[in-house]
Amino acid sequence: MRTPTTRRRPRRGRASNALTLAMALMLGYALLPLVWLFMAATKDTASLMDSFGLWFGHGFHLFGNIGDVLSYDDGIYLRWFGNTLLYAVVGAGGAAFIATAAGYGLAKYRFRGRTALAATVLGAIAIPGTALAVPTYLLFSKAGIVDTPWAVLLPSLVSPFGVYLMRVYAAEAVPDSMLEAARIDGAGELRTFFTVSLRLLAPGFVTVLLFALVATWNNYFLPLIVLSDPKWFPLTVGLNQWNSLATGAAGSGATTTDFYPLVVTGSLLAIVPLVVAFLFLQRYWQSGLSAGSVKE
Amino acid sequence: MSTSQSTTSSTVRSRSAPAARRRRNRGARHGGWGFAFFAPFLVVFVVGVAAPLGYAAYLSLFQDRLIGGTVFVGLENYRRALGDELFRAGLWRVLLFLLVQVPVMLGLALLAALAVDSGRLRRPGLFRIGVFVPYAVPAVVASLMWGYLYGDRFGLAGQIGDFFGTRLPDLLGPDWMLASIGNVVTWQYTGYNMLILYAALRTVPTELYEAAALDGAGEFRKAWSIKLPAVRPALVLATVFSIIGTFQLFNEPNVMQSLAPNVVSTSYTPNMYAYNLAFNGQQFNYSAAVAVVLGGVTAVIAYAVQLRSMRKGQGA
Repeated sequence: MRTPTTRRRPRRGRASNALTLAMALMLGYALLPLVWLFMAATKDTASLMDSFGLWFGHGFHLFGNIGDVLSYDDGIYLRWFGNTLLYAVVGAGGAAFIATAAGYGLAKYRFRGRTALAATVLGAIAIPGTALAVPTYLLFSKAGIVDTPWAVLLPSLVSPFGVYLMRVYAAEAVPDSMLEAARIDGAGELRTFFTVSLRLLAPGFVTVLLFALVATWNNYFLPLIVLSDPKWFPLTVGLNQWNSLATGAAGSGATTTDFYPLVVTGSLLAIVPLVVAFLFLQRYWQSGLSAGSVKE
Repeated sequence: MSTSQSTTSSTVRSRSAPAARRRRNRGARHGGWGFAFFAPFLVVFVVGVAAPLGYAAYLSLFQDRLIGGTVFVGLENYRRALGDELFRAGLWRVLLFLLVQVPVMLGLALLAALAVDSGRLRRPGLFRIGVFVPYAVPAVVASLMWGYLYGDRFGLAGQIGDFFGTRLPDLLGPDWMLASIGNVVTWQYTGYNMLILYAALRTVPTELYEAAALDGAGEFRKAWSIKLPAVRPALVLATVFSIIGTFQLFNEPNVMQSLAPNVVSTSYTPNMYAYNLAFNGQQFNYSAAVAVVLGGVTAVIAYAVQLRSMRKGQGA
């Protein structure tokens, strides 16, 4: 078996125009709604309704719209943004760290119950997270933590797939001989983990972190259920609330089309951080990803 | 890094039997640490997964009655769920979705992965990251965007229709809604699956292609005989995740509901049904039973797919 990180130099054949064109169509499909979103965020309500979707409208209102988004309702959007950031950083960071430690423990130590725990992790991957949402709400309301950040954070910390990935990754990336050497030098297990192993596990860690980041940043179902106070909402729940106000589905009956620019511009601002994170950390997560996909 | 790793793994393999025994002993001596490293996960797993799961199973055995309060009813809620027309309709809907959307999405992802890996694209890096970008967009935002695009209010669909002097079918209407949701999901996850498959393709050793070329294999032959077997495990993984995701469908239809309340019912997908039972109907016990059945169906199908493909893999 080859190590997951083995790299093959890309073979350069003759470039094919037909293939490039086909992929360009796919790229167009991927970017079309994003172009629309950007254009829409530069328009006021009137041009949103009557100008062509993929081009600018009358006047450039992007900064005005951003100002409106940030100031509406005493800056509730910024509060939501902060909440999302909190859930993402603490939830995803914690999940990645916990998964890394667990995967490392499974891969590098033999202990009683290890096989059973590893099997549990594999089984847990197939447990659909959202099927747990309603029972989680009921349990958390018993525990009295509904409508607090804990109700969103605690379930976010569980990443069975992260454990699985890190187990595969740790088995390859941390040589037993190195652990042995550290022990001979008298380093404790914890110290070895933090000073040596963690560095070797970094690409895998970043991969798990990024995917956990996406999961928490995009989390909608769970916060929708466990939160009712808008001041704890993440962006996803808040934006859909604005959308309901715009379409009149919120129950008030009156459609407030002035909300559309808020929803559109708020959506644009919400996706920027993740897209930027993925672009900048490509090198890491792409190498980590190959580790998980090689083996079953 | 890659070279140092492959040398260590080969030294490990060629170690003699006593060395292996020593390694086991060493492992056992520090075994407590292995559990200690695993323990934090165990804690959050119990709090976040095992306890809710157990609580759901417990709740599902009771019923809230007007007279007598909460009473133990055994499997009554399950009997009701299995005969529930709304629940069954939702299940059929996601099953149809599964049979159409997942193959389309994974097919596109596979073609894209093969294209990016072929070395015959101009600017492959641009395509790789560009097609992946939608994955970083939250489902709520993706659904809002596409929902607006579908609509004739200020959507592209209406504008394109006007341009050609016709009306496109109502993409938010009852005939097209499931397909429209399918498009949102396909848009979000094709790039993600492409990357998983592409990562698997990258592990095929170059020598294999060179040997195949010497044997006179063309590009399609290489794709069929070398690349497809290489991505099989990754494809199985992607399929399993897609199955789980499909059965759990909630975010997209829930957002679409605010755009087309008459089309997307409260029981449109099983997950929406469980949600609305609990939070609009206050039927927590029955909702728990629905969630357990849904989770069970998902796990069984996901597991069956995994098992079947594993057996096939061994036979090949």
